[in-house]
Amino acid sequence: MADLSAAGSRRPTAAGGLLGPYRALVSSRLRSQLAYRRSFALDVLGSFGVGLIEFAEVYVIFSSISVLGGLDFAGLALLFGLASLSFSLADLLVGHIDRIPTYLRTGTLDAFLLRPLPVLAQLVTSDIQLRRLGRSALALGVLVVALVVNPIDFTPAVITLLLITPIAGTAIFCGLFVVAAGIQFWLIEGSEMANAFTYGSNYAATFPTSIFSLPMRVLFTFVVPAAFTAYLPTLLILGLPGPAWTPAWWGWLTPLAALAVWGVALLAWRAGLRHYTGAGS
Amino acid sequence: MTTTPTAGEQIVHARGLTRDFVVRSGGWRRTKRVVRAVVDLDLDIVAGEAVGYIGANGAGKSTTIKMLTGILSPSQGTVRTCGYDPRRSRRALAREIGVVFGQRSQLWWDLPLRESYRVLAAIHRLGPGHRERLDELIEALDLEAFLDTPVRQLSLGQRIRGEIAAALLHSPRLLVLDEPTIGLDVLSKERLRAFLVAERAAHGTTLLLTTHDMDDVQRLTDRIVVVDRGSVAYAGDLPGLVRRVGADRVIVLDLEEPTPPLADLPGTRLLATEHDGLRQRLALLPGSTAAAVLAEVAGRAPLRDLTIEEPDVEDVVRRLYATQRAGG
Repeated sequence: MADLSAAGSRRPTAAGGLLGPYRALVSSRLRSQLAYRRSFALDVLGSFGVGLIEFAEVYVIFSSISVLGGLDFAGLALLFGLASLSFSLADLLVGHIDRIPTYLRTGTLDAFLLRPLPVLAQLVTSDIQLRRLGRSALALGVLVVALVVNPIDFTPAVITLLLITPIAGTAIFCGLFVVAAGIQFWLIEGSEMANAFTYGSNYAATFPTSIFSLPMRVLFTFVVPAAFTAYLPTLLILGLPGPAWTPAWWGWLTPLAALAVWGVALLAWRAGLRHYTGAGS
Repeated sequence: MTTTPTAGEQIVHARGLTRDFVVRSGGWRRTKRVVRAVVDLDLDIVAGEAVGYIGANGAGKSTTIKMLTGILSPSQGTVRTCGYDPRRSRRALAREIGVVFGQRSQLWWDLPLRESYRVLAAIHRLGPGHRERLDELIEALDLEAFLDTPVRQLSLGQRIRGEIAAALLHSPRLLVLDEPTIGLDVLSKERLRAFLVAERAAHGTTLLLTTHDMDDVQRLTDRIVVVDRGSVAYAGDLPGLVRRVGADRVIVLDLEEPTPPLADLPGTRLLATEHDGLRQRLALLPGSTAAAVLAEVAGRAPLRDLTIEEPDVEDVVRRLYATQRAGG
C-alpha cells in the first residue's frame, strides 16, 4: 500500500552534502536581504555610522589626554580595530540570537524543533545580518590605518597573531552571544541583561583593560574574556609589557579563550533549550 | 529499543502522558503554582487512521501535540511517535511527521513559497525526486498563482495551503494539523478538506487533527478523542458521542401560516415555537429520519422552508463536560 515514489523521496539522501541544508538556509536569507537594494545600502551605511560614532568616542577622549592605559592614540586605534572587527563579525553572524524571546513568542523555535537539524545551527543560519558589514568595514579600515601608523615590526609571529586574533576574537564574541541566548530561556524579559553582557563586553574590549580596576580586569579577562579579543594581542603586536596579572604573552591564548567560551556557551545553550522543552529542571 | 516503523503499525502510542507547567505570578512576592495541562493521557493511533482531537480551549490539545512531536517533554508517562521517542530522536522523527499550527507560521515570512520549498527540501535532504512531489502539491493545493509572492503578502487561506504543502513536502507518515481551518471562509475550508481527503486516499497518510469545526470532524476523521482538563473524556466515533451526550439534530420548520405547536410529532421533541407557530424547532430523536418527520408535517401544515442544524462541536463538548462533572 505504501506509495513507492513517496517512500523513495523520504529516504534521507546525501543531497547537497553535510552542509547543504545550511547553505540553502543562508543563501535564502542573504537573497531576501539583498532584494531591496536601496534599503540594504542604507542599512549598511547606518551600521557603518554606528562604528564611526564608536570610534569618534575614542577620538574625543584623546583630544584631552595623550596616553590611556599605556596606549597612545595610534595604539588605541589598533585595539579598537581588532575589537570592533571581531565584535561586528560576531554580530553579523549570530547577533540575531539575542532575539530568543521573540522566537519563543512567534513559535519560530517550535518550527526549528520540528525540522531535522540541530536547533542552534538553525538559529544561527536563520537570520545572518549582512547589513552589519558596514561596521566591519569601518573596523577593518581603522585596523589597516593603525597597522600603518604604529611602529610595528612585521615578524612572522606578528603576522600570525594578526591572522589568528580576529578569527578567535570573533569566536569569543559569538560564544558570548550564545551564552546570552541560553540565559534568555530563563529570563524571557532578560534581553536587556543579555545585551549588557554582549554589548558590554564589546565596550570593554575597545578600551585597554589596564584602565579598569583589578576586579573589573579579572572580570574582563577570566569571566568574560574580552581582554583576549584585542587588548592582549595589541600589547604583543606593539611589543609592550602587560600590566600585573595579565602578561602580554597571553595574547597568544586567544584561541584557548575562544574554546573555553564555546564550552560554556554550548552548556548554557543546551541547558536553556532543555529548560524550554521541559526536559531538564 | 527503537523499532523500525512499518505500515499498519502504531503511529502514536502514549501511556500515562502527563505534563505540568509551573506558573509564576505576582510581582514582588512571587508565588509558584503547578498547572497540570495533560494528566495521565493514553492515546493510540494506528497507521492510516484519521483522528479528531477535540476539546475546549485550554483542555490540553496543543500541549499533547507538542509532546507527540518532540517540542515538549512529558513530565511523566511515555510516548512513541512513528516508533521513536520524540525527545531523544527528535531529528529522526522530524523526517516522519509534518505539523501545521493554524495560528503560527512555519514558513519564512519574507520568502516566496517557491524559495521556502527549496530550502525545506534542502533541510530534509530530499533528492531531485522531490520535484515531482512538489508539483503534485502545487497542483492539488492550487498554489501556482502565488508561488512567487512573499509569504507575508499572502491571504490566510493561501498561507495555510502553503503551510500544508510545506508539511507534506517530505511525504511524512503522520500529518498533524492544529486548527487548520480556523479563520478560513467557507469555500477555503471546503477546498482544504477536499484536498486532505484526496491526499489521504492517495498516500495513506495518518492524520491527527484538532479543530472546533464539526464539518472538519465529519469530513476528515474516522474517530475522535475528546479531552477535558488534560484527560480523555471520550474516545470513539462522532455519532456515538452525539448519542451519548444526547445532542440531537434540530429541524427548523418555517410554515406558511401560524400553526399550533407540533408537540406530538412521532420521532421528535418540540424545542420552541416562534411568531405564533410560524417557525418551530424540533429535536430529531435518534432513530427517526428527517424524511419521516416531513411526511408527517405535510399532513398538518403547509411547509415553506426548512433547515437542519447539526450539533456543533462546542455544544457537544460542553454537554460531555457537564455530564462528566455531574457524574463525578
